[in-house]
Amino acid sequence: MDRGMYQETIMDYARHPRNFGHVDSPDISYEDHNPLCGDQVRIELKLGAGGRIEQARFTGRGCAISQAAASMLVEMIEGKTLDEVKQIGRQEILDLLGIPISMARMKCAMLGLKVLKAGAYGMGGWPGEDEDEAWPTTSR
Amino acid sequence: MLETSSRLDVARLRADFPILRQLVHGKPLVFLDSAASSQKPESVIRALDEYYREYNANVHRGVYQISERATARMEEARVKLARFINAPSPRQMIFTRNTTEAINLVAASWGRQNIGPGDVIVLTEMEHHSNLVPWQALAQEKGARLEFIPVDDDGRLQLEALDTLLTERVKLVAVTHVSNTLGTINPVAEIIRRAHAVGAVVLVDGAQSVPHLPVDVQALDCDFLAFSGHKMIGPMGVGGLYGRRSLLERMPPFLYGGSMIRTVGLRESTWNELPWKFEAGTPSAGDAIGLGVAVDYLTGIGMAAIRQHEQELVEYALPRLAAVPGVTLYGPRGEDRAGVISFTLDGIHPHDLASILDREGIAVRAGHHCCQPLMARYGLVATARASFYLYTTPEEVDALVAALHHAREVFGM
Repeated sequence: MDRGMYQETIMDYARHPRNFGHVDSPDISYEDHNPLCGDQVRIELKLGAGGRIEQARFTGRGCAISQAAASMLVEMIEGKTLDEVKQIGRQEILDLLGIPISMARMKCAMLGLKVLKAGAYGMGGWPGEDEDEAWPTTSR
Repeated sequence: MLETSSRLDVARLRADFPILRQLVHGKPLVFLDSAASSQKPESVIRALDEYYREYNANVHRGVYQISERATARMEEARVKLARFINAPSPRQMIFTRNTTEAINLVAASWGRQNIGPGDVIVLTEMEHHSNLVPWQALAQEKGARLEFIPVDDDGRLQLEALDTLLTERVKLVAVTHVSNTLGTINPVAEIIRRAHAVGAVVLVDGAQSVPHLPVDVQALDCDFLAFSGHKMIGPMGVGGLYGRRSLLERMPPFLYGGSMIRTVGLRESTWNELPWKFEAGTPSAGDAIGLGVAVDYLTGIGMAAIRQHEQELVEYALPRLAAVPGVTLYGPRGEDRAGVISFTLDGIHPHDLASILDREGIAVRAGHHCCQPLMARYGLVATARASFYLYTTPEEVDALVAALHHAREVFGM
């Protein structure tokens, strides 16, 4: 059976998202939408000393790709400092997903990262837009 | 397999569309997104090639042979297009880039001249953004009000609302002929008759009707009809606006510049005659010529036969899609249904579904179809949409149904 982007790990994260829910009195809470699919993701962070992320949670709805990617990202950043998180780019998300993401679905895959960066740093635009690889492209 | 009574020899005409002969992800391309843009027959592709190889030149300018040839072919395409929708004269057939530009032309020209504070523009809840957003901008600029004919649960317009909506304040009714999302064929002739009774002008968005049904602007008695060439097997970048002559004559130009002028002084100018008053700048001549060839192709097959073929495909597809567990279908069940089927599959986001179908070589559209208010009306953020055209086969519908079962497997249902 050709599963394409929908490998078991992706489906597992989409069906049983890790780190799903809310943080009590979060230090950072931010939400954004992907107008193409109507995907929505909110990320909430609790910060400790030195800007270390003590707790990271997300809520949202939308396609499997957006929800799995957001879940994997939020799971991965717990315990990291905001400075470390700042280094996360498009390629790290693609590595986390471990599957080829088609051009059309790139915004789904990157929604979580966009929310995280906008929430944590007020960085606008799509992740990587200030990089050479900014223009829509495929990972295949 | 479906025994089709259609007069279309689909197998033969498919051979005219070279793009259909290809594998996508190792599977035959099943193109079910003609409502977004249609494929082109060899004759249209050849016409574009011929234009650029043999007589590419600016039109309405040169007195040399190839420019005259380009001008003649472009104006011949205008005549074909006017005949295709039964316009009384080619002077009423304006080339635009697409439906959106045609509607913007009416909003900017007729709208600015005729809509004032307190006036009402009546639309429907099922309009494509292209027949909604230009009117929002005009209403905001002029202090006018927008009103909407509601849509019922089956995807039909609730025409009884016209009893209260149509007052003497209504200056314009802008309505889609066929919904690009629900497939509903709206009773536009009746809406036009009732709108005219209160003195309103009616614009029909024909983006989804002109390519798929016989459309006769004189029988409809519409004041404007907008459509796109690329949805009717013509090239991208060219579309049309039909307008009632008396209105077009009184309207100011849309864009200003070359071609649309008669005389130009340093401080003022006068305008060209119809239709060129509305065609500023160098037109996409090759595309217009290609659209003329597309009209030849459609006319050769017959719009009634195309309509019948699509109707049979819808009748074939609806029960088979409905039989897939978890499928919800949107839009009316009846003869007022064009070859557009929007659906959702429980537990699978339409974009995930479209990605899985893509791996099977099947091209469908997923999203809000530029109808966000309509999506909101049904409490949806997105649907998947399969749309048919003259080259679509029942076997392709079967492939879609099989792929939906496959998608459920991938999602563990």
